Amino acid sequence: MATVRIPPVLRPKTDGKPEVEAAGGNVGEVLRNLTESYPDTQAQLFGEDGDLNRYVNVYLNDEDVRVLDGLDTAVKDGDTVVILPAMAGGAS
Amino acid sequence: MATGAGTQTIEEIEPFEAAEEIEGGDVVLIDTREPHEFQDAHLENGKLVPPGLLADEIGGAAPDKSARTILYCRSGNRSAIAAAQLQELGYEDVASMAGGILAWQEQGLPVVSTSGMTAEQRDRYSRHTLLPEVGVDGQLKLLNAKVLLLGAGGLGAPTALYLAAAGVGTLGLVDDDVVDASNLQRQVIHNTERIGMPKTESARLFIEALNPDVNVVEHRGRLDAGNILEIIGDYDIVVDGADNFPTRYLLNDASVRLRKPVVSASILGFDGQISTFVPFEGPCYRCLYPTPPPAELAPSCSANGVLGVMAGTMGTLQANEVIKLVLGAGEPLVGRLLLYEALGTTFTELKVRRDPECPICGENAEEIPESEMGRFPDYDLFCAGAGGDR
Repeated sequence: MATVRIPPVLRPKTDGKPEVEAAGGNVGEVLRNLTESYPDTQAQLFGEDGDLNRYVNVYLNDEDVRVLDGLDTAVKDGDTVVILPAMAGGAS
Repeated sequence: MATGAGTQTIEEIEPFEAAEEIEGGDVVLIDTREPHEFQDAHLENGKLVPPGLLADEIGGAAPDKSARTILYCRSGNRSAIAAAQLQELGYEDVASMAGGILAWQEQGLPVVSTSGMTAEQRDRYSRHTLLPEVGVDGQLKLLNAKVLLLGAGGLGAPTALYLAAAGVGTLGLVDDDVVDASNLQRQVIHNTERIGMPKTESARLFIEALNPDVNVVEHRGRLDAGNILEIIGDYDIVVDGADNFPTRYLLNDASVRLRKPVVSASILGFDGQISTFVPFEGPCYRCLYPTPPPAELAPSCSANGVLGVMAGTMGTLQANEVIKLVLGAGEPLVGRLLLYEALGTTFTELKVRRDPECPICGENAEEIPESEMGRFPDYDLFCAGAGGDR
């Protein structure tokens, strides 16, 4: 099982949970298991072509999966998958 | 007034008289104290000639024995003795300043130090200069630094507070908003009396009261494609606390072109993120976030709320990054994104890589012709359109 860290903007779709456990041998499987448990996350993470949306960054532990093997990046037990969209709050 | 020193009669003048003569010019000003005293504070254009070296060094400091020569020391004793010695050496027009530099300063007259700081500054910044990583040289770098804060709100307020206290010499503030009561839960440089006042003005009043060394430049308005190169061009470092994606992308693209480092943070709810983007040394904002999220994934603080102290935490982290960049000390957050989650009090660090395909700082970015520099896309459209059907 991997731990998936949920960003604030997605927490309404995961019953408010900041972290969710999900199984899977690679990053894509972990995220698909997440969307099966919390279907409302599907449209926010994946486009209609099944690829990750470009505005969503995904990290395995501290490394961007874009520089690893993308959704095929292997996940071990105890790994952390971080979902990170950009945030712009600051001044107002 | 004249006083006896040995068999000689020497002229003594009051500090204000000395100041008038100095301002009038054609005066040789001699500091007859020890080097460490001179370094702490001395009169502008004062030449150090310690008492023990008077006979050897006065010829170099005051070669013309007929010139008006004013001597001063700490309280007036050493300079009176030295004045008598100079008269014996043939100096014709010598005066000693009564009360020395102590009396001079008591009358509010200015002093300088060899370090480039005034005595007041040496006192104000002493907890900085005691640090080997800062020292006098580092404090002078801060006093000479020009930092632009994008936003005088949640992040900009604490950042401005600490950068002003630290003695950053020029702080530019970009904001088009006025102070609102709902800001005061986190925007600590504004206050209840200044509700309705432009934020840049309120910030300037706060900063000027905190530290008169800081020159505040108000840019009352918003950054846009037409003014950004001119505005950020005057600064060494930009601090991004903008509340919207179009401004963040615009700032990134302009700062990469002008090679200005950007310390960028954002806050929402109990979560904050911060990174430092140094063009071509590390990734840029677009390497991290190639496209902005759609509107439903980009809520603002006004719509979603933010813990006030979160703004303080992230704003002071931004100030810390700025100071490190100015000093050239430590390891700035270049190529690193730091996430802070306040409910669990956890910090998470993620690696950010330069994207070779980045349209702004990637491998082909150097080929952008000069004529295209400074032409920016329509960011409102770019941000509104991103994340649509794809």
